[in-house]
Amino acid sequence: MTIRAEHEIHTRRRGRNLGIGLMLGGFVILVMALTYVKITNIDFSDLPGGAVQTEESM
Amino acid sequence: MTDTSTTQSGPYEAQLGDYFALLKPRVMQLVVFTALVGMLAAPTPVHPVVAFASILFVAIGAGASGALNMWWDADIDAVMRRTANRPIPSGRVQPGEALAIGVALSGLSVMMLGLAANLLAAGMLLFTILFYAVFYSMWLKRVTPQNIVIGGAAGAFPPVIGWIIATGSFSIEAWLMFALIFMWTPPHFWALALFMRNDYDDAKVPMLTVTHGRRSTRNHILVYTILLVLLAIGTGFTSIGGPIYLAAAVVLNALFLLGAFRIWKRDETDSETDNFAVERKFFRLSLWYLFLHFGAILAEATLRPYGFGGWS
Repeated sequence: MTIRAEHEIHTRRRGRNLGIGLMLGGFVILVMALTYVKITNIDFSDLPGGAVQTEESM
Repeated sequence: MTDTSTTQSGPYEAQLGDYFALLKPRVMQLVVFTALVGMLAAPTPVHPVVAFASILFVAIGAGASGALNMWWDADIDAVMRRTANRPIPSGRVQPGEALAIGVALSGLSVMMLGLAANLLAAGMLLFTILFYAVFYSMWLKRVTPQNIVIGGAAGAFPPVIGWIIATGSFSIEAWLMFALIFMWTPPHFWALALFMRNDYDDAKVPMLTVTHGRRSTRNHILVYTILLVLLAIGTGFTSIGGPIYLAAAVVLNALFLLGAFRIWKRDETDSETDNFAVERKFFRLSLWYLFLHFGAILAEATLRPYGFGGWS
């Protein structure tokens, strides 16, 4: 008895797992990009204590 | 030959494409497009990364509500020709899997939209998912012939969500785009119900064709189309309209009104003679009608920074 049939299942599962892996990878990259954009565009003077910090720095 | 095939006799394993089909990709296209137009028509610019992420999560939310709808409506889908090949009735995906995917993606999309855009947009997405999956699918669809009219609101929320992603608030322009889809949905689906003749009867879904008859459905299509035409052309004179939109709206609405009038004028004998050619043509036109109206709103918004779009 060969294992060819099982191997075929694994091949099909590999395609599905690869797809899910790529989606999860894409999601991680998207969250990283979002985080970068949010942090670099934030106005720190709007944060609690931000105004005090600005006055001190002046 | 001692090769024992476990793949031939074993249960079918769902592929990624089967799970993707649960999300109703064609509906998602419409949601993505109208939400994008809503976002770009708003006066506030959105960072491209935030815009991409937000629209993606709106699409995932729409897909999640589609999966929940398929989970709940599997019994109806199995009876209707148009839907019998969907993942659950065809046996490719188990109902429990569809429910899990629907719930998980709903939670993910709402939370992520809240983080990417704002809480009001996330709240609106949650409301839309619940409206479609619970209010429409689980209740309205099976109890009232007005199911399409009220349920159409679910499909009309995406441009409002898009507008909120950009501005963080509601506005009359967003609700005009909502009204355009809301008024368009009934004639679009009733035309489909006319030529998908026995599907809704067999599934015992109280569509207007089943409860009030086909003559009444034709009357309804004409009345809703007249109201839609007034709304669509009137929108041309607002801040999201402009010469491009108005020109497109006049042509499209003339064609749509003509189509509705032809449907109203005929009876079942006429329709059966040409296999519902007029109704099918009206249904196809309705797809272009919505796409081009929103395309025109997008054109006005895109050209505005260069001094061409809008009335000013």
